[in-house]
Amino acid sequence: MTTTAPLAVPATAQPPSRPGRRLRIGPAVGLVPFLGFLTIFLVVPTVTVVVGAFQDDAGGFSLDRVSALFEETPMRALRQSLLLSLSSAAIGAVLGAVLAYLILAAPPTSLLRRVATAVCGVLAQFGGVTLAFAWMATLGFGGLLTDLLADAFGLDATGSGWLYELPGLILVYTYFQIPLMVIVFLPALEGLRPQWREAAVGLGASTWQYWTQVAFPLLRPAFLGSALLLFANAFAAYATAAALVSQGSPITPLLIRAALTSEIVLGQANFAYALALEMVVVVAVVMSLYAWLLRRTSRWLG
Amino acid sequence: MKIRRTLVSLTALATVASFAACAAPEDDDDSAGGKGEAATATSVEDFGDLDGLVEAAQEEGELNVIALPPDWANYGEVIKTFSEKYDIKVNSAQPDAASQDEINAAEQLKGTDRAPDVFDLGQSVALANTDKFAEYQVETWDTIPEEFKDADGAWVNDYGGYMSVGYDASKVPAISSLDDLLAPEFKGKVALNGDPTQAGAAFSGVVMASVANGGSADDIAPGVEFFAKLKKAGNFIPVDPTPATIASGQTPVVIDWDYLNAAESEKLDDWEVYVPEEAPIAGYYFQAINADAPHPAAARLWQEFLYSDEGQNLWLAGGARPVRAEEMAEAGTIDEELYAALPAVTGKPVIPTNEQTESMAAYLSKNWAKAVG
Repeated sequence: MTTTAPLAVPATAQPPSRPGRRLRIGPAVGLVPFLGFLTIFLVVPTVTVVVGAFQDDAGGFSLDRVSALFEETPMRALRQSLLLSLSSAAIGAVLGAVLAYLILAAPPTSLLRRVATAVCGVLAQFGGVTLAFAWMATLGFGGLLTDLLADAFGLDATGSGWLYELPGLILVYTYFQIPLMVIVFLPALEGLRPQWREAAVGLGASTWQYWTQVAFPLLRPAFLGSALLLFANAFAAYATAAALVSQGSPITPLLIRAALTSEIVLGQANFAYALALEMVVVVAVVMSLYAWLLRRTSRWLG
Repeated sequence: MKIRRTLVSLTALATVASFAACAAPEDDDDSAGGKGEAATATSVEDFGDLDGLVEAAQEEGELNVIALPPDWANYGEVIKTFSEKYDIKVNSAQPDAASQDEINAAEQLKGTDRAPDVFDLGQSVALANTDKFAEYQVETWDTIPEEFKDADGAWVNDYGGYMSVGYDASKVPAISSLDDLLAPEFKGKVALNGDPTQAGAAFSGVVMASVANGGSADDIAPGVEFFAKLKKAGNFIPVDPTPATIASGQTPVVIDWDYLNAAESEKLDDWEVYVPEEAPIAGYYFQAINADAPHPAAARLWQEFLYSDEGQNLWLAGGARPVRAEEMAEAGTIDEELYAALPAVTGKPVIPTNEQTESMAAYLSKNWAKAVG
């Protein structure tokens, strides 16, 4: 649930190779299973969502569902979804990058480094219901830490239930965002050669100059790519939020659940399609933004 | 959408074809009736008598039920008793699913032998899907009050109850009105069973708060306002109460159906149930047979069992009010002790109609998230 293939591809794109005029089938055959997979799990659902979003209950064309997206409740859910994804991605990206740098400071064979990367690998996948319940048992009403704090200092750690709302979601999401950032950002940091630093220092650069003029520009595409992955990861995450939040559907994925399973407000399946379309559009916008940023940074890099 | 529909009709076609294929050899077996015949049976007479129905059901050997939590209205024991009595394997899918999930499952699994045979639905979902139900009248049909059944038997109310507040008397003071919940002693303690824009029980909880605060079955706004106040006071917690959260003390006050709260009283010594006198909100669930049931005879036998004295008393044992309760009390077939143990309710019960539910639901879906978010 938490990861897809890393989007943080290196900035150096391969120039397209020119195939011969003769049609070569051989290598393409190997792609067939992948294309089949893509069709079933990406193309068909996307087409279904787009078509469904523009249909009414009887199956005719209608703009009602899409225009319903601009009512207060769905707009509020979208705003909170974006806030959640942006903040947890930003916190995760910065803290994760710092952590990755600290891990790299240890020698490659050291126990610390091996343990830290292994732990990150596990924690990055530690999303969903387990994570939600772990937090509830720690900081929820009657949670372990809540009770300890209340007994020792008379503190009310859960208060009016912030853990079950947006602040809680940001905290809990950050828990798997940081290790994910470490995993996807570590290879880029590793690619930073010590020789470059030596060269810079040899030419009279200060540490500050090395970082601002050499290291940061080199790392920027990978950093942005990783941050984007984190954003998408949080934006689409469902199980953690579903287990944690049972009132009010504060974010879009939960609103989709409400539209599909409600036994009170019926016949909202097409509205769920419209909400899904909205999420597709948001991710598409962010992706194009990323592509544009990448082109700009690589222009003056190259 | 289109693609799925084509697939569904293809599957349906294949199913019809296989019915046709196996109908012929079963024709000479009159008493049991073929699968196709059981699917159209509208009463036990179509099988000859109850024994004929039992025989046909045992031939199928299995029954698919869905969304029946074992600790909800005693369903655990109902399933076990039925299974042992008739030697039929009961496959219970997604015990915690919502009513709409039952209909979704029936559509997605249509034509397979995993589709649900019977439904136990909330009011709005049941009334919106009557075309998916098979009409059937159980043997005890005449003893079910008119207002609790469809004239043709597409659906029948099964059990009901009143909205109540369950609370752990060792953790909070005794409750004598809903406004008590606003007091500081209830800080971080009051939970509602689900999101009222999604779950029937939670919806009725908001209706109860509304009626208690000057609203009515047409106007749910005072109820939403009550929960907004509760939230503002820091008393409302957005945790979905389950037997586990109640046992662990996470949700010391739970707004839910009285039979669900009553079930907790048996497990927890200090668990009390309060039904507000000024706002008795009643609600009945709906029982129906899937028109495309893969085990049509077993589905009908299940209905006969549920509406028999035995089945009705089993629900009563779970604290729910079985639909035949009054008639059984007159005939002396009800479990008196259990019947007397139901929470006392005075005042005229409020049962929202479908139109009232719809208009209130529309208001809720616009305003609930704002009130508690």
